[in-house]
Amino acid sequence: MPEKTLLKHTDTPNSETMDFYLSQKGYEASRKALTSYEPAKLIDEVKGSGLRGRGGAGFSTGMKWSFVPKDIFPKYLVCNADESEPGTFKDRALIERYPHSVIEGIIIACWAVQINSAFIYIRGEFTLGAKKLQKAIDEAYQKGFLGKNIFGSKFNLDITVHRGAGAYICGEETGLLTSIEGYRGYPKIKPPFPAIQGLFAKPTVINNVETLANLPYILNNGAQWFKSMGTEKSPGPKIFCVSGHVNKPGLYELPLGTPCMEIINNYGGGVWKNRKLKAVIPGGSSAPVLTAAQAEKLNMDYEAVAAAGSMLGSGGLIVMDETVCMVNALYNLIRFYHHESCGQCTPCRYGTGWLDKILHRMEHGNGKQGDIELMLNICDNMRGKTICVLADAAAMPVQSFIKNFRDEFEYHIKEHKCTVTI
Amino acid sequence: MDKVTLYINGTAVQAQKGATVLEAALSAGIDIPRLCFHSALPPQSSCRLCVVEVKGARGLIASCSLPAAQDMAVTTNSEKLFKYRKYILELILSNHPMDCMTCEKSGECELQEYAYKFGIKQTPIRGEVTNYPIEATDPLMMIEHSKCILCGRCVSVCRDLWATEAIDFSKRGFSSKISFPFDKPRLESDCVFCGNCITFCPTGAITERSALGKGRSWEVKKIPSVCPFCGCGCNIEINTKAGKIVKITSNENTPVNKGLLCVKGKFGYDFVHHPDRIGKPSACSTDPSADSASFVQQPCGENGHPCYPSTSLHENLIKSSERLSRPMVKKGGKFHEVSWDEAMNVVSGRLLEMKQKYGAEALGVLCSAKCTNEENDLMQKLARTLLGTNNVDHCARLCHSSTVAGMVQSFGGAAMTNSIEEIEKASCLFVIGSNPTENHPIIGAIIARTAMKGAKLIVADPRAIHLTKFASAWLRHKCGTDVALINGLLNVIVKEGLQNNEFINARTENYEDFRNSIEKYTPEYVSGITGVPKEEIIKAARIYASSKNAMIFFAMGITQHTTGTDNVLSVCNLALLTGNVGKEAAGVCPLRGQNNVQGACDVGALPDFYPGYQKVNDPNARGKFGKAWGIPLDNKIGYTLTEMVNFAAQDKIKALYIMGENPMMSDPDLLHADEAFKKLEFMVVQDIFMTETAQLADVVLPATTFAEKEGTVTNTERRVQLMRRAIQPWGDSKPDWQIICMLGKKLSSVLRRNEPAFGNVYFDYDSPAEIMDEIASLSPVYGGISYDRLGKIGLQWPCPDKNHPGTKFLHKDRFSRGQGRFNVVEFRPPAESADNEYPFTLTTGRVLYHLHGGSMTRRSTGLDFILHEGYVEVNPEDAERLGFQHGQHVNVTSRRGTIKIKANVTDKVPPGTVFIPFHFAECAANILTNNALDPVSKIPEYKVCAVRIEV
Repeated sequence: MPEKTLLKHTDTPNSETMDFYLSQKGYEASRKALTSYEPAKLIDEVKGSGLRGRGGAGFSTGMKWSFVPKDIFPKYLVCNADESEPGTFKDRALIERYPHSVIEGIIIACWAVQINSAFIYIRGEFTLGAKKLQKAIDEAYQKGFLGKNIFGSKFNLDITVHRGAGAYICGEETGLLTSIEGYRGYPKIKPPFPAIQGLFAKPTVINNVETLANLPYILNNGAQWFKSMGTEKSPGPKIFCVSGHVNKPGLYELPLGTPCMEIINNYGGGVWKNRKLKAVIPGGSSAPVLTAAQAEKLNMDYEAVAAAGSMLGSGGLIVMDETVCMVNALYNLIRFYHHESCGQCTPCRYGTGWLDKILHRMEHGNGKQGDIELMLNICDNMRGKTICVLADAAAMPVQSFIKNFRDEFEYHIKEHKCTVTI
Repeated sequence: MDKVTLYINGTAVQAQKGATVLEAALSAGIDIPRLCFHSALPPQSSCRLCVVEVKGARGLIASCSLPAAQDMAVTTNSEKLFKYRKYILELILSNHPMDCMTCEKSGECELQEYAYKFGIKQTPIRGEVTNYPIEATDPLMMIEHSKCILCGRCVSVCRDLWATEAIDFSKRGFSSKISFPFDKPRLESDCVFCGNCITFCPTGAITERSALGKGRSWEVKKIPSVCPFCGCGCNIEINTKAGKIVKITSNENTPVNKGLLCVKGKFGYDFVHHPDRIGKPSACSTDPSADSASFVQQPCGENGHPCYPSTSLHENLIKSSERLSRPMVKKGGKFHEVSWDEAMNVVSGRLLEMKQKYGAEALGVLCSAKCTNEENDLMQKLARTLLGTNNVDHCARLCHSSTVAGMVQSFGGAAMTNSIEEIEKASCLFVIGSNPTENHPIIGAIIARTAMKGAKLIVADPRAIHLTKFASAWLRHKCGTDVALINGLLNVIVKEGLQNNEFINARTENYEDFRNSIEKYTPEYVSGITGVPKEEIIKAARIYASSKNAMIFFAMGITQHTTGTDNVLSVCNLALLTGNVGKEAAGVCPLRGQNNVQGACDVGALPDFYPGYQKVNDPNARGKFGKAWGIPLDNKIGYTLTEMVNFAAQDKIKALYIMGENPMMSDPDLLHADEAFKKLEFMVVQDIFMTETAQLADVVLPATTFAEKEGTVTNTERRVQLMRRAIQPWGDSKPDWQIICMLGKKLSSVLRRNEPAFGNVYFDYDSPAEIMDEIASLSPVYGGISYDRLGKIGLQWPCPDKNHPGTKFLHKDRFSRGQGRFNVVEFRPPAESADNEYPFTLTTGRVLYHLHGGSMTRRSTGLDFILHEGYVEVNPEDAERLGFQHGQHVNVTSRRGTIKIKANVTDKVPPGTVFIPFHFAECAANILTNNALDPVSKIPEYKVCAVRIEV
């Protein structure tokens, strides 16, 4: 296995403490940034590293920062720790086991964009994570790494932990902002984009936990080191969350571009119970499903997964063996999206609801002729037509499941039962 | 202004920079289907019906929030869009009942309209739909969730326009619904029952429960008029069917309220058709038993459960105070119905008898802030000509006489300097002695939402009011210490050099004396008097003085003191010192309480002024009016209302004619007033109900409500607006102007019969329009006002001639008196302070749900349901010390009387201070209040007196 960076210490006892972090050159990167980097130069450095957002969209982090207007204050940074996508569980490990790397990443990002107030929006269910994070923040304040005049640079920074209350939609970056503002977590209309008008209508940077955790290493080891891993367009390490029907599910930090089957077989211990691989979802539950044949040829970087018709997303690799009923699997996913649709936009509010109801009847042997077309029609009218992309996230699985496994759906309608009988 | 050109369906369209594509399209006459969008609300882009195709952009984009850009190419009407929009409508209808045939909203429903346009008969998706029960927990409104399309307009109007946030979405996705917090009933939420959610609802999801089954859009006539309650002067539409009021609506094109209404303006109309209006209804009226109180009780759907309290709480009050429909004369202590002729004979005969016996100065006339300009003008004309006395006044004496005294001295004119629409342009709003959220709800909402949008709000109030939640600084001063507080602010401003020297030099006088006088009012000194921390005083002074445009709002909390005039002078000093007057969105705004209190003052319902603020002791003015009215006039300033009551007790006033006022509820020290009225030899009351005052009268004349007559009223921003007749007068009741004309003609003929040389005073008016023409010819500020010019938006005085467009804000370039005058004002304590015997300070006021003596509002089923009993607000500390609980009844006693009243234990009031609203006859606050008067304006000190509380 290649050497780990982000997860190097997450299995070490007491890795979440300040003492341990300091023993691993902790807070040297942020000290370096604040004392010897002009903000603009720092942005260039991160741009140069090719770091792309690890939350799912894969947008260039340095580029995102450079969109923020320089002359408007206050500005905010929000660390998106509302990790709720089924099949994704990487940020949780970083927060619970190595929170100082995230805090240091925030300091670096805030210096680059000249932000004095940061929020960490953490998923409500992460009770332990919120406690550990708060403890780490308290330690950082005690050491003077947060608060006033950090590292004697006259730079001030406060971090506030804001706990969510169990809504997936608050992981959508603008829903997250409305939630912090004290409103119901409805996504906002874009434009204006958060970089221009975000939290409390001020310029706001929103970065994922894993993205921020990469920053100290980029500063310590340099952009070239970062680019030495992965592919040209998708450089750096990535945490893959392997779940489903494998022998060793878990987190694997590997360079971007690692072949999918290598992850499943070499690190995940192969498909369990000696069964055959049927399908994979490569990037969290909203990513289009791929067949086993497609997975055979798949490299896990942004470009390659997109070329295969899916997306790398958060790196949540869900493995399904030959016993999986694809109708049932889709029904399971859609129940989630129906439950999590905020209800703001008509197509998503009713679309996810009807998809759930139609799949329910199909799964229970009551599917009707025309239901497949009805679902595809609903999906067509959801994608690209709502305020946020939750509608797309719900529609993509339906479209890809039907595209790749249509015969199973037809069988369900015709025979009122499953093709899979194991 | 920057413009952009975009191409909509191939046509070049110019739009303001910053406008949305939807706005650009609509302005070019291109319609785009839309449901969640409303021009008064921020775009929500959630219904997705207004999506368009934009060349070069992915997907379909909601046009309501898409900024129009140069050279943008937009398609609004393609086949693809039609299909998609139809699909959206089908989705909405997949969870919506198809029961248009019985829906209240049918004919006005936007969803119905689009379903028709897109030819949707059925939806392709069928299955289990959401099924929430109908919410009908109060008599005013109901929510039918099945008809809700979750457009969010109600949520937005409640938050963005009304600054209340009582309603929001709950649950998620398909199960989403609008709800009050924790799904509790409306009454247990922050809802203030304004009903604006009904106005903005595009479907029949939220409706007036009181209008259920009474007529749909095509059956009702909508008559534009003006709300009869507070001084905001909101424009309403009276919806009538078969001669009865069905409901009240408003539309977004109105100048004052932009379609918004408050609970009184929306729902407080049961009094018009109230069963208390006795007598034989005339042929045009329908059966009074089908009254508003009974129709709301019909069940509304399977889940609707009507629930009302009985009106028994004040049954006695209502039984003894009936809506009048025939004149009545008291004989042997009992009222007997008589004909109008007979009534006029009695009134004219007795008045002239009194005049002969005691002289004209023993007669007094009370005009009404509830009657029209024309009616008040006629009433004062009748008093000054036929009765020969200037003893004319009205309830403005009890609310804003000190404003008139003070603002005339400082600026030369006593009216709100600015307009309501300017509030949203101000950068600082200073509210002192005013609770506009309850008393001027439209203005309160505008202030709150302006603060929400970033303007600085300073509130000075001993009580925690709704606005304190939005305030950057809350100065919680002790009752009656306003002069000290404002002098403290003035002191800080001068000390820190924040005054506007340029303005002071150019436009004011007496600055040096004034500056010396405030030197001693340091924050420390003022803090000692007012109880406000000195840091807060400094902070507020800095905010006010450093804002670009600052508006001051005040009301009874400033005026109703023995230092009322001083308080007003102090407020004016503040505006002068910072140059915050005489320009847009900066000024001094006294908020007037009644719908026509401004107008009643304007047309001379005052002892010292003829119409248009022309002094009765000015020989020129007297000559002009004497000539116009055809009779020489008395040069002596008349008695004020408060003086008339006192003089009645002292036998100096022997006869009173009261039009549309209820001093037996609104005067201070009611036991004293009762005594005074009982000593009168002759008393006439002209009103719509048998009020507390009318019961003491010798003759009672039935007048009509606002809905049954025509006339103009002038709102707090000096806007003269037309009230139009919507229904026929009830029974034999007559509009006040007709009654005065009748009496005028009668008196005139008797006088001329007795004394042939007596001048010919004209009372043969055909219409209110003719009366307005006379007002315009005699008062320069109304000079250009006539009915044909008033149209839909009215005119703001001063409007000196026919071509003048009216005046938005006053004192531009020059004050009415020339220079603005700084006045030296020293702090004086209130007339009565808490002591060992009476340890609490009582302050009184109004609540949102009632108006004044309650003769109109307490007869409204809905308003009565929400609040049907008076109360005293007591701080929890005091309640605990005295050993009583929230809801328990206590005795409150002042030096003048005792009332038994329910305790409302709340930290809205600070320890040591209690508050009682004065609307409730059975626990009338004014039994307790002090009739000590302001020496200048003679306004009583309603806002401070000492009381004790006993369990």
